Amino acid sequence: MRRLGWLRSTAASVVVAAAALGGLGGGQAAAQGKQLTLCWAAWDPANALVELGKDFTKQSGIEMKYEFVPWTSYADRFLNELNSHGKLCDLIIGDSQWIGGAAENKWYVKLNDFFDKEKISMDDFVSATVVGYSQWPKNTPNYWALPAMADAVGWTYRKDWFARPEIQSAFKAKYGRDLAPPKTYDELKQIGEFFQGREIDGKKVYGAYIFTERGSEGITMGVTNVLYNYGFAYDNPKKPYQMQGIVNSADAAKGLEFYKELYKCCTAPGMTNAYMQEGLDAFKSGQVAMQMNWFAFFPGLYKDPNVGGDKIGFFVNPAGPKGHFTQLGGQGISVVATSDHKDDALAYIKWFAQPAVQQKWWQIGGYSALKAVVDAPDFPKSAAFAPQFLESMGIVKDFWAEPSYAQLLLDMQKRVHDYVVADKGTAQQALDLLVKDWTKVFKEQGKEVASQ
Amino acid sequence: MDTMTTILQPDHATIPGVSKPAKSRAARRVHGLSDRTIAWLFVAPTIALLLAINIFPLIWMIRLSFTNLNLSMSYLPLRFVGLDNFSDILNDEDVWLRLQTTAQFVISSVALQVVVGFGLALLINRQFRGHSFWTTIILLPMMLSPAVVGNFWTLLLQPQIGPFNHLISLFTGVPPSSFSMTGQVSLAPWTIVLVDTWMWAPYVMLICLAGLRSIPDYIYEAAEVDRASAWRQFWSITLPMTVPFLMLAVLFRAIENFKMFDMVNLLTSGGPGSTTELVSISLKRAAFEKWRTGYSSALAIILFVTVFGAANIYVKTLNKVKQR
Repeated sequence: MRRLGWLRSTAASVVVAAAALGGLGGGQAAAQGKQLTLCWAAWDPANALVELGKDFTKQSGIEMKYEFVPWTSYADRFLNELNSHGKLCDLIIGDSQWIGGAAENKWYVKLNDFFDKEKISMDDFVSATVVGYSQWPKNTPNYWALPAMADAVGWTYRKDWFARPEIQSAFKAKYGRDLAPPKTYDELKQIGEFFQGREIDGKKVYGAYIFTERGSEGITMGVTNVLYNYGFAYDNPKKPYQMQGIVNSADAAKGLEFYKELYKCCTAPGMTNAYMQEGLDAFKSGQVAMQMNWFAFFPGLYKDPNVGGDKIGFFVNPAGPKGHFTQLGGQGISVVATSDHKDDALAYIKWFAQPAVQQKWWQIGGYSALKAVVDAPDFPKSAAFAPQFLESMGIVKDFWAEPSYAQLLLDMQKRVHDYVVADKGTAQQALDLLVKDWTKVFKEQGKEVASQ
Repeated sequence: MDTMTTILQPDHATIPGVSKPAKSRAARRVHGLSDRTIAWLFVAPTIALLLAINIFPLIWMIRLSFTNLNLSMSYLPLRFVGLDNFSDILNDEDVWLRLQTTAQFVISSVALQVVVGFGLALLINRQFRGHSFWTTIILLPMMLSPAVVGNFWTLLLQPQIGPFNHLISLFTGVPPSSFSMTGQVSLAPWTIVLVDTWMWAPYVMLICLAGLRSIPDYIYEAAEVDRASAWRQFWSITLPMTVPFLMLAVLFRAIENFKMFDMVNLLTSGGPGSTTELVSISLKRAAFEKWRTGYSSALAIILFVTVFGAANIYVKTLNKVKQR
């Protein structure tokens, strides 16, 4: 009995202490009883958003709660939530490719009336982000999100290694030109080959890190950076969904072959299933000379004590023989249609769209898509990677954003990984099979797919 | 007895609002129930739970397997498509390849687990110093979660920093970073077999140990009297008498490995390419990544029927072996 009595008194103390702590922490918000849950991926910019959100809570009294999920399960987790009409998220920063499905399935609130009422103009945002993150159908004035986090694929390189006289002279002796950030993919491959297996500071290093992940979207988000620049397109611009001869053109096959050559010649051993985090690890540990990754990670890399600051440089995705593009990343922020707090969620979007908030968002590690921020004269000098980011946002292309995007993406993951990593078949066969897969998906969706 | 009475039947007179007649009414109601009714009352919650979480979803899944439902396009009208999903699956070359990969994985890993597990059981069955300690050590892997095992082995097998490659290098002289156990087409299928065997051979060992301990000592004593060699005793006594246990272990492990998902997904994600993509990974991708609900329901039914059919045949064989 004594023991039970002790337990009871302890439990009571814990309850009282918890209540007291809760009261201290959630004073203002608890008084107003308002809370919003924002769902996004767990990565560096999400931490910046938490910081930014404190200002919103201070101004509105609405407490912000966050659901951040690692990238590898981000799509599974939140698409499941949206599909099941769950109420977990009031606001969601959803991937650009979700916009078609989210609009057609009415998972997101359409924002046109809200934008008109609050005088938020989409002309104030970078046009690629408006098309990529907000519009469905594409290139029509139907808005389902506010561009929240502009992003694209870019490259980092070891500026300190590139600057070493002995490395400079060795490179010049071999290739007859100065070692500098590559402007084309051929140059990038040469640099990769040059660094591959080289010993620097007593450590064996490798040429380049590229995306090869199989499970979610990794290898597709990597290979498209090369494919676009070799002439690949998703369909015939004059005949939507006509893919035969476009997706699997001879040029596209050459692009795919090039990505495989790059993977074989210049990557570190074991990089058979690697995406963002593996790239960051490889670069931070001084293993690679060049790294493909999303701009979103560059503020963190620049601050890294070992490889940041003067040691790191940035360059735009190199051009290919048929053009100069890069893969669009990034997301828009939307109000979830099943939310019980739509008005508060819209208030957040209104607050977030303000130029002062967007300016702060850029300063603390987010990437604003507001023209007032990125077109400001001092923007290119505001960060070491700002000029490359600006240039990249002008040359972006995105993957399908159809409601069936997940099927289209997984089909591409399989075909590309089979060819590049598992050495199965030829590039042409991989792309032919991809056209077959995509045709089947679009037909199931009820689309007319012209064969020629 | 008095104490029990005090605990179970507190003095109602001292509790305000509770009187003795109320208790006796309740008692009368219970006394009026038949044994059968009382039995049903006890079983009913379990049956209700079973219906809610097993039977109803199964019936619902069978219904969905005849539709075109795709949850990422739920705005499209739901159509009855008859046996189209089943015919699509059975005519899909990829599905057959995945079934082939799964069969190879199940056969190789179960065979290896039986050999290793039985070998360990023979060792552990002997009394030696530190017997309990080594038994615990051997059993540790099967107590871990498959997610932990997947992540743990991913690190161990990392070509540059993982100790596994360095160990192989020590014995063979092959540079550690020149091969990737999870990234090479020729090695990845064996890697998942190796890790699965590491984890589950102890389980087979436990079952075999039960079999070995069930063999009466007098049979061995009689064999000794007949001057039977250790090898002869093994072939004529130990192995035949543990075969039913071995077959049970094979059944359990085969069913489990046919459903294997988590560990392989973490180790290789089905890669490189589709080299280690087991049918369970394909099913998960179809259901929860591509959202092809109708198609994946049909695939789940096909897999269920396959496992159920194979297990039934196997159990009948097992019973025949036991009768012998």
